[in-house]
Amino acid sequence: MGTRILIPTPLRPYTDKKDAVEADGKTVGELLADLTTKHAGLKAHLYNDQGKLRSFVNIYVNDEDIRYLQKEQTPINASDTVSIIPSVAGGAPTTADAIAERARLHGARADELPSLTNDEIKRYSRHLIMPEVGMDGQRRLKAAKVLCIGAGGLGSPVAMYLAAAGVGTLGIVDFDVVDFSNLQRQILHGTPDVGRPKLASAKDRLEAINPEISIVTHNAALSSENALDLFAPYDIIVDGTDNFPTRYLVNDACVILGKPNAYGSIFRFEGQASVFATKDGPCYRCLYPEPPPPGLVPSCAEGGVLGVLPGVVGCIQATETIKLIIGAGEPLIGRFLIFDALRMKFRELKLRKDPDCPVCGTHPTVTKLIDYEQFCGIHPAEPEPVTVKSVNDATEITAVELKQRLDRGDALKIVDVREPNEYQINRIAGSTLIPLGDVPKRYNELDPADEIVVQCKSGVRSGKAADFLRSVGFTRVLNLKGGIIDWIDKVDPSQPKY
Amino acid sequence: MPDPLIVDQEVDRAIRRHGEETYPHECCGALVGDGRRVTAVVALPNTTEEGPRRRFLVRPSDYQLAERRATELGGELLGFYHSHPDHPARPSQFDLDHAWPTFAYIIVAVAAGQAGDMTLWWLREDRSTFEEGRLNGN
Repeated sequence: MGTRILIPTPLRPYTDKKDAVEADGKTVGELLADLTTKHAGLKAHLYNDQGKLRSFVNIYVNDEDIRYLQKEQTPINASDTVSIIPSVAGGAPTTADAIAERARLHGARADELPSLTNDEIKRYSRHLIMPEVGMDGQRRLKAAKVLCIGAGGLGSPVAMYLAAAGVGTLGIVDFDVVDFSNLQRQILHGTPDVGRPKLASAKDRLEAINPEISIVTHNAALSSENALDLFAPYDIIVDGTDNFPTRYLVNDACVILGKPNAYGSIFRFEGQASVFATKDGPCYRCLYPEPPPPGLVPSCAEGGVLGVLPGVVGCIQATETIKLIIGAGEPLIGRFLIFDALRMKFRELKLRKDPDCPVCGTHPTVTKLIDYEQFCGIHPAEPEPVTVKSVNDATEITAVELKQRLDRGDALKIVDVREPNEYQINRIAGSTLIPLGDVPKRYNELDPADEIVVQCKSGVRSGKAADFLRSVGFTRVLNLKGGIIDWIDKVDPSQPKY
Repeated sequence: MPDPLIVDQEVDRAIRRHGEETYPHECCGALVGDGRRVTAVVALPNTTEEGPRRRFLVRPSDYQLAERRATELGGELLGFYHSHPDHPARPSQFDLDHAWPTFAYIIVAVAAGQAGDMTLWWLREDRSTFEEGRLNGN
């Protein structure tokens, strides 16, 4: 006599509409083999292509799930009742689903991701032999379209590794030209590239790494006017920007378009990474609703950055991008990774989606792109209102004017508010070094009767020093416009720039 | 496949309300009826451990509960419904990979907390894709 098997509603069309049938076997495996021989239509719905029970098919012996017994080796007695019980699962598409879906829509053949050539199979063999990637994952990579914002410190490792990994379409947005000061970390570019557009040297380098993929260059400064159009054709956006206005712009555009943002940022010895703007995860604004006051957080150009740091952080961004495409592992969604290179430590903060977030919350107030320079408190340099200019005239001095006055023999006290290591690189002869952070405790070294010129690298820090000195009663303070860089450009080209 | 599948007005309202209540998470539940007409729904808990904003899971014990409730209501289990928060009412690859044959799958799109499009899908016999069915003759 056979063992009784209870059949769930959706499978009864394959068992002549019966809710229970009998089959023979000493184990669950044998029993199901006999069942699918007698009722062949069941097989495709119970087993996957590899001949394994599908994950949403649950087999119970009496009241026990065989996963907690001996799985398909679970022995069967004549008196046992075996039940096939469905789990029902589904959900909205993830990034990996969306890429597969788009590939199916645009593929040469229906229901197909792009296939791999023999050359590609050889190139990607170390991916193909891992089950997490395999042929399916590599074809998803080939179908994927990723846009890299910036071809600088972060953009270099991101673009190089994504190109090597076989991301089929790699877009890059940049408008800059390669400078000597880039070469310490921007490994897309080499010494012979100095003076070339970054896009040109990036394209050469990436095509040398992988000629199988398509490199799309966008020669533009990302703006509220062009961001949505630029992002629209891509699946994932990788943020390699170095300033707050662009960072908020990238975040908001990603949320509006529903595209994940593989985020990274670097400063000195510290890096940060996360994946923002996915459907179920927080965005950059959930973490930082408002930008810091302008000038509070120095940029890498002002504060410096360890050359290898963007290598570490960019590789994390590239890793997360690939995971999103192949749908493997646990993405860095809702997690904020902080890397301290000096201590060599990674820390992780939990992030939650903020229901009150102005962009991705339940009642968003920002539904289209705004003026991000203004949002970050940065006002355009030109045109300056006339009234402001007249005030500036009284508080600023240009490099040429300073030189003329020094040559005339005017008694000017020049205070350099940069850091000692910057002072070692270049300085205005006769200047006194008081780093900005020390000004509040050392300003009494200065005589309020003197005419004082404060100076830094570009004029931002010295502007703050000038404000401070005026606030404590100094009346004759001038800020050197354009800092030492302008001084070197216009007065003393013999000194090195940094 | 009953075509079109008729969904009673109260059932329609209940599915939409359930999707709005669980937003921004996915809701799920069972469809009960008589073959070509859905007359009742059984709201079920979403037990997924993969993040309920984009996944739902009806575990085996809740599936059995749904079959029992269908019998008690004098009908049969016709299929399941779920919501797609902030996403169109079209089945995903994940939906396809986990679909059961002969069941009706109703998807309701819930955008910014507001239920919108509702669509009906049937798994093709060879499991290759979903075919869109007609709801209430639309």
